[in-house]
Amino acid sequence: MSDPNSKLLTPQNPVGIVGYGAYVPRYRLPASEVSRVWTDSMGATPIKEKSVPGLDEDVATMSIEAARNALLRAEIAPTEIRAVWVGSESHPYAVKPTSTIVAEAIGAVPNTQAADWEFACKAGTEAMVAAMGLVGSGMAGYAMAIGMDTAQGRPGDALEYTAAAGGAAFIIGPEDDSLAVIESTYSFVTDTPDFWRRAYQKYPEHGHRFTGEPAYFKHIASAGLAFLEMTETTPEDYAYIVLHQPNAKFPQRAAAKLGFEPEQVKTGLLVSEIGNTYSGAAIIGLTAILDEAQPEDKILLISFGSGAGSDAMALRVTESIEKRRHLAPKVRDYISRRTEVDYATYVRMRGKLVMK
Amino acid sequence: MKEVVIAGVGQTPVGEHYDISLRELAYKAVEAARADAGGLHPQALYVGNMLAATLSRQGHLGTLIADFCGMTGIEASAIEGAGASGGLALRMGYLAVASGAVDTAIVVGVEKLTDQTVSNVNAAIATTTDADYEAEQGLTLTALAALLMRRYMHEFDVPQGAFGGFPITAHANGATNPNAMYQRAINPDAYLKAGMVSDPLNMFDIAPNADGAAVILLTRPEILPSKFSHPLVQITGSSVATDTLALHDRPQPLSLHAARVSIESACQQAGVSVGDIDLFELYDAYSIYPPLILEAAGLAEAGQGWQWAQNGQISLQGELPVATFGGLKARGNPGGATGVYQIVEAALQLRSQAGKNQVLDAKTALVQSLGGAASTAVTHVLQTNN
Amino acid sequence: MDIPRHWRLRKQRYALVGEVCDNCDAKLFPPRDICPDCGEEAKTLYSFSGHGEVYSYTTVYDPPVGFEESAPYTVAIVKLDEGPLVTAQLTDLEEKEVEIGMPVEMVTRKLRSATDERGMLVYGYKFRPILNASLV
Repeated sequence: MSDPNSKLLTPQNPVGIVGYGAYVPRYRLPASEVSRVWTDSMGATPIKEKSVPGLDEDVATMSIEAARNALLRAEIAPTEIRAVWVGSESHPYAVKPTSTIVAEAIGAVPNTQAADWEFACKAGTEAMVAAMGLVGSGMAGYAMAIGMDTAQGRPGDALEYTAAAGGAAFIIGPEDDSLAVIESTYSFVTDTPDFWRRAYQKYPEHGHRFTGEPAYFKHIASAGLAFLEMTETTPEDYAYIVLHQPNAKFPQRAAAKLGFEPEQVKTGLLVSEIGNTYSGAAIIGLTAILDEAQPEDKILLISFGSGAGSDAMALRVTESIEKRRHLAPKVRDYISRRTEVDYATYVRMRGKLVMK
Repeated sequence: MKEVVIAGVGQTPVGEHYDISLRELAYKAVEAARADAGGLHPQALYVGNMLAATLSRQGHLGTLIADFCGMTGIEASAIEGAGASGGLALRMGYLAVASGAVDTAIVVGVEKLTDQTVSNVNAAIATTTDADYEAEQGLTLTALAALLMRRYMHEFDVPQGAFGGFPITAHANGATNPNAMYQRAINPDAYLKAGMVSDPLNMFDIAPNADGAAVILLTRPEILPSKFSHPLVQITGSSVATDTLALHDRPQPLSLHAARVSIESACQQAGVSVGDIDLFELYDAYSIYPPLILEAAGLAEAGQGWQWAQNGQISLQGELPVATFGGLKARGNPGGATGVYQIVEAALQLRSQAGKNQVLDAKTALVQSLGGAASTAVTHVLQTNN
Repeated sequence: MDIPRHWRLRKQRYALVGEVCDNCDAKLFPPRDICPDCGEEAKTLYSFSGHGEVYSYTTVYDPPVGFEESAPYTVAIVKLDEGPLVTAQLTDLEEKEVEIGMPVEMVTRKLRSATDERGMLVYGYKFRPILNASLV
């Protein structure tokens, strides 16, 4: 089935998700707090509230917890993992891998690949595709891909309402060991400067409305339509669709354009409750679906990373989901664990308080 | 072992001596002790100090103090055992004289805890806990005491106010000690209303970190002129014991093993029982320690030690006076100097030179310094025949 | 920057890897190579479950240098299910009154920056209230 000339990427050996794990910190900043401080509470807010990491949390610690959850579900020894790849745009170090910290903490060292990935909000799915390749080629039995962020947004900027913390970890392994088989994947990438963060800058810049049509919608739609065509599937074939979710509106509109119904979107749409977790956004939505899906359900996942590109992949849930999903906390366990903070506390927690 | 007596004592006021350096502080107490000992010249110097290398950027204290005090040439060294450093220095002086290796030894306890800002001092003091497994978790010596107190209250169903009698007694005694940092009594109401520092420890449960120096000159009685200027106090028991460094490594954290062992051993050497003790200078850096120490000494059942402070039994006129010059709580806690202050104070009691703080007919004193969470315990028995 | 001092403890710090006594099966954390129960050598690595209960706790408002950013914080002694006591911070506590006996689970969190914003990050074990009791 693998064809090097096809735009659709299909692994030589069938692969799937053997274990998955989500993580969301416990603190929530209501969007109304941002508008209270910056707009006199005028105007609509893009989501209800967003997750905020605790003072002792960062992408390394959050990835460790998600990775441990994935391991619990995979029921494999951490030493069987041959790659630990962490996608993020908020790695704690500018230079020094997050992935070695995660690999060490879960006991996957030393016989493993380890590297950090960055592609704005699609670094996590990029790592998943790479893991599919590593396992699907027969080079490795298992590979772990993580997408996790403590997203940045400049105080007062539109992004501050949504830039959130969270993500997910996946262990990719052989098909017969999978709780969801990943059949194939397709990526659509162009050079589109809709959002970026220059070196040494704390906060990202973005092109305002330019981030919409030419960036998010164009790439998601192109990836999605091409994927449906190449796989000869239609929206009706899928029980669920999950998209990158920078706010509540974009993924709903993009899904509708692809021909999906709101019912197919809602399970994986977490942005209103936890915000935009950047590299974690699409894939944490996927964990919410896996927490509920039935065997044989098909899921379409399309990520989007600014800069820009989208990865589309289709998953087919297997029988083993029913046993494995209960082996670790579900994403709803994390979402329902909720402590609201005000803007002042948020400013302290996110290091936005000028101390010198 | 040969008989060891205290030939001289000296101390500086305890407080925030911003204008006096570590060496000058030591010199003031050395000068006082040598005058008290009639100019006796020591052959060996033992310095008890906890944190000079960190807080004053000064190591090599033995030689520094010998040099600065005009004793260049003599044997000198520094001993460190956290808050028990002063007691350990005395132990070294005692061994040197008792063994006959030297005729006269001088023991200097000196500490400066005000050379740096509070967070640096807290971090430095936290190095006396287990650095890798306690301090690295943000634990401080204060938090360590709070953990003990919380557990004690939980296990023995003891109310929050139960510990107040210890600081209240200490402050009452400190009020008439001219060398005390706090010369002001506190009342039970003030204790109950005091602000929380590390719950359940309030601000009156915690001794103040301070600067100070205290000195003891030890010798054998035959070295001294037959008609000496003051009564001689003899060291009849001396014992050091250790427990685990980290509190969490103990099977029974509320049972102070080292404190108990060193008391038993020191009393056995002196041929006394704890019931014979006329006063007890103990480690009251935090209010949880006196009850635990009284229990370790066998003076109270587990969980009952706090009751000693309820009815005046530990006051100067009580059954067992403690902290007779204010203890660490009111006199102040100059770290590695504290153990030597305790000996100076007990010696003054036994010489009947304690002034307004005098315990009547005091013949036998028990003195104990502790380091960390009682990880090091140094106990001495002092006696006089007057 | 005390790099090696933190680095050499990474397995214990990140994941509560202690030791087990081959002679009497006592579980040791922190690792100490000599079994305190029977006195035999105990160097076999043992991974703790990370589950335990609060043995005692307090709050630090007056932190040592290096911990100012996270004050006030709660530090506790936790009794691990396997037996040993361990000193650690409690985290994710809001709206949860801590009490002695409260069940907790290990998480790996940032302990502090070793020096300042330029220094190495130190990660290690902390404990939090059990997230999902049905999984314990």
